[in-house]
Amino acid sequence: MSPLYGRLLILIILASAWQTIAWFVNSSDFPSLFVILESFIYHSFQGNMLTNLGVTLTRVLISFTIAMILGVIFGILMGTFERLNQLTDTLIIIVLNIPALVTILLCYIWFGLVESAAITSVVINKIPAVVVMVREGARVVDDDLLNVAKVYKLSIRKTFFSVFLPQLYPYIMASARAGLSLIWKIVLVVELLGRSDGVGFALNTLFQFFDIAGILAYTFAFISIVLVIENLIFRPLDKLIARGVHHDRT
Amino acid sequence: MIELDISIKNKHYANTDAIVLKDIEFTVKSGEFTAIIGPSGSGKTTLLNMLSGLENASGQKILCNKKELNSSKDYQLGYVFQQPRLMSWLTVNENLQLVLPTPQKEKIETLLVQVGLAGKGDYYPKQLSGGMQRRVAIARAFAVNPELILLDEPFNSLDAPTAAKLRLLLVNLCKSCDSTVVFVTHDLSEAINLADRIIFMSNSPSSIIHQVNVDLPKPRVESGSLELAWQAKLMTQFPQILSGSLNIN
Repeated sequence: MSPLYGRLLILIILASAWQTIAWFVNSSDFPSLFVILESFIYHSFQGNMLTNLGVTLTRVLISFTIAMILGVIFGILMGTFERLNQLTDTLIIIVLNIPALVTILLCYIWFGLVESAAITSVVINKIPAVVVMVREGARVVDDDLLNVAKVYKLSIRKTFFSVFLPQLYPYIMASARAGLSLIWKIVLVVELLGRSDGVGFALNTLFQFFDIAGILAYTFAFISIVLVIENLIFRPLDKLIARGVHHDRT
Repeated sequence: MIELDISIKNKHYANTDAIVLKDIEFTVKSGEFTAIIGPSGSGKTTLLNMLSGLENASGQKILCNKKELNSSKDYQLGYVFQQPRLMSWLTVNENLQLVLPTPQKEKIETLLVQVGLAGKGDYYPKQLSGGMQRRVAIARAFAVNPELILLDEPFNSLDAPTAAKLRLLLVNLCKSCDSTVVFVTHDLSEAINLADRIIFMSNSPSSIIHQVNVDLPKPRVESGSLELAWQAKLMTQFPQILSGSLNIN
């Protein structure tokens, strides 16, 4: 069975299980897939689902990009310079363990209920996780390969992009994957607490009306977007990064 | 071509007081093929790393064409390490291109033909056998038109026919490049087969115990009668020399 059919089969089994439970429970608290689909169509065409999804996705992408860039830079610096690592290690552990909710509340209190506060709080929540993962990668970079670059007098740019960074790609990729799922969850909390648009805000409104079908319709819509990102961006990137690694000998 | 005058007083293992090289002094003449033989752990790789500028020691003096230098910046260097050290994420072509300052497709193709890897340019290192990977590493060293080539047991752990093939390849490439070569090995017959001069090193803390010119005509033959007789004569004179000692017993 091809991996695509395997994945589809798992989805079909999950959907069937959900539908069966919904029939047995027969309650608006556990809506059937048809009711969720109906709600999805309603919110898409008559509600603000597309606008809210767009707003949330924009926040996710901005926060994700900033967190990844800063996290990768700090991670590389900490992994490369032991002194810096010793100095900032405790700080990273502290930031890593501050609850996301606390950071969000503090940012809203200090900067006000503005967009920059929302983005900042998400970025602060995500950066330490990226730093830790990339730092571990930078610590185990192969010195033998760096010595090749040194012997053949490669420029700093060439050494960084062709010898050093490719060794970190698996770590950056892992933190990007974990990062995207974490960030969109945090963005929803940020929106729920202090924004007047986005999926988080919409979910809060739906919750007040106990509209479970609407909540699930929004959830599936956003998960679908993440799946599209996974298939259009992450998987092709995976293939690019794994080149030369999974080849059999001739 | 370059000539090297090497003088190393004391070289310690990294972060320890243990001395690995002690009172090393020798000259590598311009265009000469010098082999260095010594027991395991006698600091042969450390010595090559010092010549390449990867390591240094206080009190070291390495003169290149009678001019003092502290790193390999002063001359074009090719280094074939014990392991091929290829970038696994780059194809063979890209690995060779990496060390060249400008795109040189034709040069890379010619080199691959020379090392017997024509048509393998788009392969990744893991798609190649160990012997093929070493050939790529040799091609990489010669891609930069090296004035000095350092070879650190490049044929170690290869089967005899492959090693013989690669030795022949090395001789041909060296001839075409007119490079000065410093070659580390623990195989005496290999050294006799390739070198103009052999330097023998002692156990750690290592120093030079003997130097000898290999006054045999070239091209030499693998296990040829002249070569075997030369080796036998040396071993009769210094039976413990490969163990790092000149003592008879």
